[in-house]
Order: sequence, then structure tokens, then C-alpha cells
Amino acid sequence: MDYHAPESIHAAISLLVNAEGDARVLAGGTDVLVQLREEMIEPNHLIDIKNIAETRNISICAKEVRVGAAVTGAELGEHPKVKALWPGVVEAVGLIGSHQIQSRATMGGNLCNASPAADSVPALIAADGKVVIAGPNGERKISIEDFLIAPGKTALAIGEFVVALALPIPPTRTADAYLRFIPRTEMDIAVVSAGSAITLDEDGKCTHARLAVGAVAPTARLVKSASGILVDGLLDDDRLEQLAQATSAVCEPIDDKRGTVAFRTQVAGVLACRAVKLAWQRAMERDI
Amino acid sequence: MSKHFVSAIVNGDEVEFRCDSGETLLDVLRTKLYLTGTKNGCGTGDCGACTVLMNGRAINSCLVLGAECSDMSIETIEGMAVGGELHPLQQKFLDHAALQCGVCTPGILNMAKALLKENSNPSETEVRFGLAGNLCRCTGYDKIVRAVMDAAAEMRARRT
Repeated sequence: MDYHAPESIHAAISLLVNAEGDARVLAGGTDVLVQLREEMIEPNHLIDIKNIAETRNISICAKEVRVGAAVTGAELGEHPKVKALWPGVVEAVGLIGSHQIQSRATMGGNLCNASPAADSVPALIAADGKVVIAGPNGERKISIEDFLIAPGKTALAIGEFVVALALPIPPTRTADAYLRFIPRTEMDIAVVSAGSAITLDEDGKCTHARLAVGAVAPTARLVKSASGILVDGLLDDDRLEQLAQATSAVCEPIDDKRGTVAFRTQVAGVLACRAVKLAWQRAMERDI
Repeated sequence: MSKHFVSAIVNGDEVEFRCDSGETLLDVLRTKLYLTGTKNGCGTGDCGACTVLMNGRAINSCLVLGAECSDMSIETIEGMAVGGELHPLQQKFLDHAALQCGVCTPGILNMAKALLKENSNPSETEVRFGLAGNLCRCTGYDKIVRAVMDAAAEMRARRT
């Protein structure tokens, strides 16, 4: 195996395109190094993207927040502006692993590892995040939902890698939240998770809603019907009941040591309601 | 001949080493630099035994490649006591008998050092959460938490 540390997007693409044998992209390494050690992957080339400036920056413009693919969880958590704009996304990333893992792990890596239980993913989908991909044919940007194909499988083509994740600048009175169920208090893998982003108007009525659930299907899922249930309304028990049912309906979980199909399906509905309530409450607290 | 030639700072000293692409910082510390105070536990980032500081942040050295360490500043347990005087955390671990077999101790001391740098007055809950990535199979953690709290208090007192 050869380790490479290109210093430009162009150089990284060139390495990926011309690599003989299998090439893997390395960011924080908290998944890749474990997979290497356990011989789940045996790449011929390891392409470290941390020396590329575009992967290390957090930039905020009028339209979007761009978080470089090699920005660590700790660095994201210390960024007050991103936290203020998308608290749910930052909290979701902050739940990944220990302090030590946070010093290295990245949101881009969490996405590319494509675990059905990845903490950042439901929050990113709820926030309508996009993946910024660089490749031999230039840059392209796709939604998180389209990026994730199956466990461990993404829409990246040969020669491509994720440069950054882009989150929209949220409209006025928008907030998000992410919650997960784990049997411990910390350092565990989500049994079920839910992320939600809510926009309210001046009267506290919902104008835009997105909800996504994790660990209940091969990839995190957007609950498409959530928008129809919540938009144009206030938060009442009837709507929450509908939301819980709609959420459970999109679940196709597996039985494993962490939870049963029945448990995951039911808890997804419960967590979805709680995530919506929390995002709603945060949106209410925003200045109009 | 190993492929990568790396210069880094370890415990304040400039060091140079050669390593292969797949060798971790943990391998380098233990087998190239003979700093065997850093322990190899799980090798997969779960137990925290190999915790060292890299540019001031606590990391699992088993999850970092030696080749990634160019120009990085690494702090290991060997650099914790200065001029023969134990760091307050080390002294408090002795005072509270916060270790038994000692394999987790270097990692816990480094993690605690990083925590106290971020938060000089942590609550017990904050210490427990902060050390969640460090497993100890001997002590049951209570004495470790007490030692860290006590060291934090002493370090605050020394500063005033």
C-alpha cells in the first residue's frame, strides 16, 4: 500500500484516476484505519485529502455554508457560526465517538463510510445538505439522499472524491435538531435516529419541514410525507400522531443485537416527533 | 527501506523517522522511537490506551498513520513529568490509587490533560463524559474520576 498526500484537488483526482489497483480516500481515518486493520479493505493506494486547502476550510457565503470534507468534528463543534445556523447538524457530528475520535473524525468521512446508522446523515438530510464532489469531469453537487446508495456504497464514481458538504443558509425562523436512541449514555452506535429541520412564519405556523430517520433502513431516509403533515399547521397531538405513523411506515429495519424490527419501527416514530418538537421549539426561539 | 521520511516534534524534541505507509503513529512511537509508555490496547480506537496529544488535541495514536505526522507536535506520557517533577495529574493518580494494572493509565492521563486544558473546572459528569473513550478494566473509574477532579482543583489553585 502506498500513502499519498496531494496538496490540490487536481493532484488528488489525478492520483485517483491513475492509481493501479484499488485506491481509498483518507480523511480522519477513524473508519478507514479500522477497516485496514481488520482487512475489510486492502487498497493499493491511500489518498490523504487533508493537505488540500478546500477540504480543510469552513466558509460561509450568502447562499451556503461549506464544510470541508476533512474538517474534524472538534473543529466543527468549535465553530460558533455553523452551530448557530444548524445546531442539529453540529450536535449530530458531536455525537460521533469519543473526544479522541472527535479530534480526527470528519463529517465527510461519516457520510462516505455510508453506515445506515451514521449520526451526521439524518441531520444533513433534514438540513437539505448537498455533497460537493470533485472528479475528472469537474465539480458536481448532489443531495445527500442521492449520494447514499446502500450500506458502504455511495454515488462516487472512479476518480471522484468528496471535497465538502454544503448546507443552505437557513431561511428566517428555521432550526434543526437531531436525536438518537442508544442503550448507553455515550459512545454508542444509533439504534434509531431522527433529524428534523423546521421553518415557521411570524404566527408560529410551519412553512417548511424536513424529517429524516437513520438506522431503520439500508440508508437514512427522508420522510417525504412529513412536509404535508406539518406545513400550514401548528404543532398539535393529532399531527404528531400522524407524523409518528408516517415515520414508522417508511422504516425497513433489520433485527440485530442492537434492536428488533418492531422496536426500531416504533421508536423511529417516537424520535421523529421529539426531533420535530425540538426543532420547532428552537425555531420559535429564533428572532423573526 | 521504509517509504516515508517524517520530521515531527515529540515531547518538544525534533525527531525524524522512517515508516511504511501502513504503520501507525502508535507503531512508530513504540518500535521506532522506543516510547513504550504509549500502550497498544484494541488497535481500533475503542479503548483509548494509546491516547496521545497531537497539536494539543487528544487522539488515538492507533488511528493515525506515521506518514500523517509530518510537522505535527506529539505529546506522550514520557513528556508529562517536567524536570523530574510529576504533573499534578500523575501525582493525584498516585495519591488516589487511581490505577491498578496501569495499562490504561498513560492514555487516561493524556486525555485528562487535554480535558483540563479545555475546561479547568469540570463537573464530575463532564469528567466521566470526557473519559468515555478510555476503558479501564480494573478500577471501576471512581478513583480515576476523583483523581482528575482533585488534580483540576490543585491546578486551579496553583494558577491563583
